Amino acid sequence: MKVAAVFVALVVSVVAFASVAHAQPVAIVGAKIHIKPGQVIENGTLVIERGRITAVGAGARVPGNAKTIDGTGKVVTAGLVDGFSGVGLVGIDLEPQVVDGRFGAMDTVHSDPVHASYQARDGFDARDVNVAIARAGGLTIVIAAPAGGLVAGQSAAFALDGSADPVRAPVAMHVALGASGAGALGGSRGKSIELLRELLDDARTFRRDRAAYEKNAKRRMIADRLDLEALQPVLARTVPLVVDVNGESDIRAALRIAKQFNVRIAIAGGAEAWRVAKELAAARVPVLLDPTANLPSALDASEVSDEAATILNKAGVQVAISTLGASWGARTLRQLAGNAVARGLPWDKALASITTVPATLYGLKGRGTLERGAVADVVVWSGDPLELSTAADAVIIAGVVQSLDNHQTKLLQRYRRVPPATAISPSPAPRTPAPAPSKPPAPAPSAPSTTPAPAPKPPVPAPTTTPVPAPTTAPVPTSPTPASPTTPTPPAPPPPGTKP
Amino acid sequence: MVAACGSRTVKVTAKPEEPKLDVTAPWIDPDTFWIRGTAVQQRPLSDALVDTDAPVIAIRNATILTATGKRIDNGTIVLERGSITAVGADVAVPAGATVIDGSGKFVTPGIIDAHSHMGVYPAPNAKAHGDGNEAVGPVTAHARAEYGFWPQDPQLARAVAGGVTAALILPGSANLVGGRGFTVTLRPGTRTSAEAAFPGAPSTVKMACGENPKRVYGEKGGPQTRMAEYAAFRAAFSEAAAYAAKKSAYDNAWALWQIKRTRAAQLESKRKDGKRIAGETAPEPVPVDLRYETLAGVLRGDVLVQVHCYRADEMAQMIAIADEMGFRIRSFHHALEAYKIRDLLAQKNIAINTWADWYGFKLEAYDGIPENAALLTQMGVRTTIHSDSAIGIQRLNQEAAKAQAAGNRAGIKIDDDTALRWITVNPARVLGIDAVTGTLAPGKRADVVMWSASPLSVYTRAEIVIVGGRVAYELAKGMRASDYELDDGRGP
Repeated sequence: MKVAAVFVALVVSVVAFASVAHAQPVAIVGAKIHIKPGQVIENGTLVIERGRITAVGAGARVPGNAKTIDGTGKVVTAGLVDGFSGVGLVGIDLEPQVVDGRFGAMDTVHSDPVHASYQARDGFDARDVNVAIARAGGLTIVIAAPAGGLVAGQSAAFALDGSADPVRAPVAMHVALGASGAGALGGSRGKSIELLRELLDDARTFRRDRAAYEKNAKRRMIADRLDLEALQPVLARTVPLVVDVNGESDIRAALRIAKQFNVRIAIAGGAEAWRVAKELAAARVPVLLDPTANLPSALDASEVSDEAATILNKAGVQVAISTLGASWGARTLRQLAGNAVARGLPWDKALASITTVPATLYGLKGRGTLERGAVADVVVWSGDPLELSTAADAVIIAGVVQSLDNHQTKLLQRYRRVPPATAISPSPAPRTPAPAPSKPPAPAPSAPSTTPAPAPKPPVPAPTTTPVPAPTTAPVPTSPTPASPTTPTPPAPPPPGTKP
Repeated sequence: MVAACGSRTVKVTAKPEEPKLDVTAPWIDPDTFWIRGTAVQQRPLSDALVDTDAPVIAIRNATILTATGKRIDNGTIVLERGSITAVGADVAVPAGATVIDGSGKFVTPGIIDAHSHMGVYPAPNAKAHGDGNEAVGPVTAHARAEYGFWPQDPQLARAVAGGVTAALILPGSANLVGGRGFTVTLRPGTRTSAEAAFPGAPSTVKMACGENPKRVYGEKGGPQTRMAEYAAFRAAFSEAAAYAAKKSAYDNAWALWQIKRTRAAQLESKRKDGKRIAGETAPEPVPVDLRYETLAGVLRGDVLVQVHCYRADEMAQMIAIADEMGFRIRSFHHALEAYKIRDLLAQKNIAINTWADWYGFKLEAYDGIPENAALLTQMGVRTTIHSDSAIGIQRLNQEAAKAQAAGNRAGIKIDDDTALRWITVNPARVLGIDAVTGTLAPGKRADVVMWSASPLSVYTRAEIVIVGGRVAYELAKGMRASDYELDDGRGP
């Protein structure tokens, strides 16, 4: 097996950029294969040719020229899909140069909260450091999704094989209701809902007679032409409206809007979606959620549940587990799914939530499963893909075995051995700590009556480094000791206070 | 003793001058205007070990991971009056003990998080709740997380449900010196900071270098650059050293004045006319500066220094400052590039608190790698996995498992006990409470978690969490909602 893994690593650089059509067939042999969630074969073989899965089963025939990956003891699944990701858009959160599709409340160019015409396909950077790291973590497709404002824009599905062209774009229109949408409109949640209605109505009016719009013979629209154009696939139901929303009342508002305008919606975030599980199931509205997000973080959505994924699934809602926009955190996707399982979500549903459900939601045909004919996005795992000790041993995207190298593996390689000691200049030897005694010098005895008076030439407190202890404002005192050391001194009144 | 350390003597006149008479000026009692707030009585750490009202609990037949390198299969652990009295394979259960069947379960020490902002950045996330960064100036060493800690933070109970029994609550990293940390024991239902305080835990201070302070103060008077940040640290500690010297001088002057006063009282008592002797005015105390009190505590070694720092070169800058100023750095936090200087860190005996797989959220975090903890551990650096997150704190066991897996994959053997130490006894050491908690051994505090299976699996849940000998959480009963979360109970 190890030999196979090394071999894979060696050929990676050769095949990674070869075109799919000419890619060598690949066969994974002897693995536990999750063909799709709920359909598993032990000791199975999976054959990939020309970018597609051409055979999968216990006795699938391996082509003679196939590169074989020993799957003994391994688990094979479809590549993972994060249905709401920042990979490719957010390179480094705090560096605006590599942050795209993250809008403040207002669009500074158009000074409005509507960014419908924004396309993540244009903002996506295939060279983003997170692409290769997420890929090494077993993700093969991300939905690069914008966020911010009332309407954030259009997301795109990208395969993480370094390709700058999307698998599909646009795949959804992203909007926000609740505090985040309202924030773009001076704080009124109700107004944000009203504005979304008006926007969809404008888009519908625009669709009915574009010519009139071009002649300026239409009533005033609240959005620009490109925004109205961008909303057309939503009205045509070819892409869903993904509503970033947490509070129950806002989720119900989103359901009303979906009905009113006959658009497909999905809920993203959905802190309180579990409270609306029945209605969401009835309206066939999927929910994208992070099952570990269990804090009552928002004042308008404080009814959070650890078991939201479980409750929604039980009610019949399609659940897509997602990092909800993470880029550096993308590879934790399977850990999120594992945590949902720990809280009652069936394992197969958890796998579906990071493969088939998001693939279906965004219309990615032939992705997210390992059925015959599917696009070969495949991950060979060292064990249970949701388990923490497991790693991706091989990642295949559209039939091409991918390099698992990235910025981090290169750093590890460089620092695997401690650099020569001379490379680190020794810092100076520690100085003796500055004297700062925590306790004052021993105070005078509080009851001199019982203590024989000390000898003349008494000790004067004078610690090592502090200057003359005597107050500078007073003359040097006369002898502070009793005149006669032999005579017991009469009782003195106790000092009014003793310092600790 | 005082004389022994005196490097100079004061000339003493041979014969005492006759005290002046008929003077009524009283002795000034310095205690009447001496602010004593900084001299809070430190409880002994051993207070953490005794809770006379705590029950007697025995967990039997469990796999016990002690975090001492010892694994006990089918073992028993006995907790009495707040501390562990027995742990082993062949341990008698005291009569009257509440016996918990641990068959198939794992028992570990309570998890300890060396870096949390729970209570000072509570949920819900609202401006009114932002009590973690006193971002009005780069050195706010006087601020204390203890004062901002909200015991009703709903995040706390969730952390307990994740097996966490103690945590270091830190001010944020906006400031070079953010203020004092607050070591808490996590027991739902505490109403005040005093109740939440981990008994006897030493004081800590939070410092931060790098991007955050310069981002916050770049346009608010600086520091605007790392150049000025490290200068500002030096300036603050120089001022603190001067303050400490002044206070020390005052202490000496005060002691001397006490001696003189005693002598005068003796002379007064000999007088037949009953008249008082004019005294000398007491030395004027140095006004207490709480900022410098904290930094002087650092210089004395009384306050454990916890430094937020990402880059290797910046950690080296902080080490240079510590060496120059004469203090020790207890640990670096986050420290994503610690692996690059792990030899230096080992040499300086500085602990590292880091994450399993965080990186890239800012430029100084760009070079984080999942093998950081394993490489450090291999080098002998005391390492912890911390959370810095109210979500992450709920599954530190999982984070340790991920860091363990990354190490093992890189050929750095990290066994389960080592991974467990990352989240138990090592953070206890960072907090200075390892003498009483962090491992399962007789005499240690009864901070214990019983898990449904190995804590290093994603599917495992904490089933019973015992804090200081009392059951703080039971999975079967659910967590205790904070006051904030009490609602009409109508449900969905």
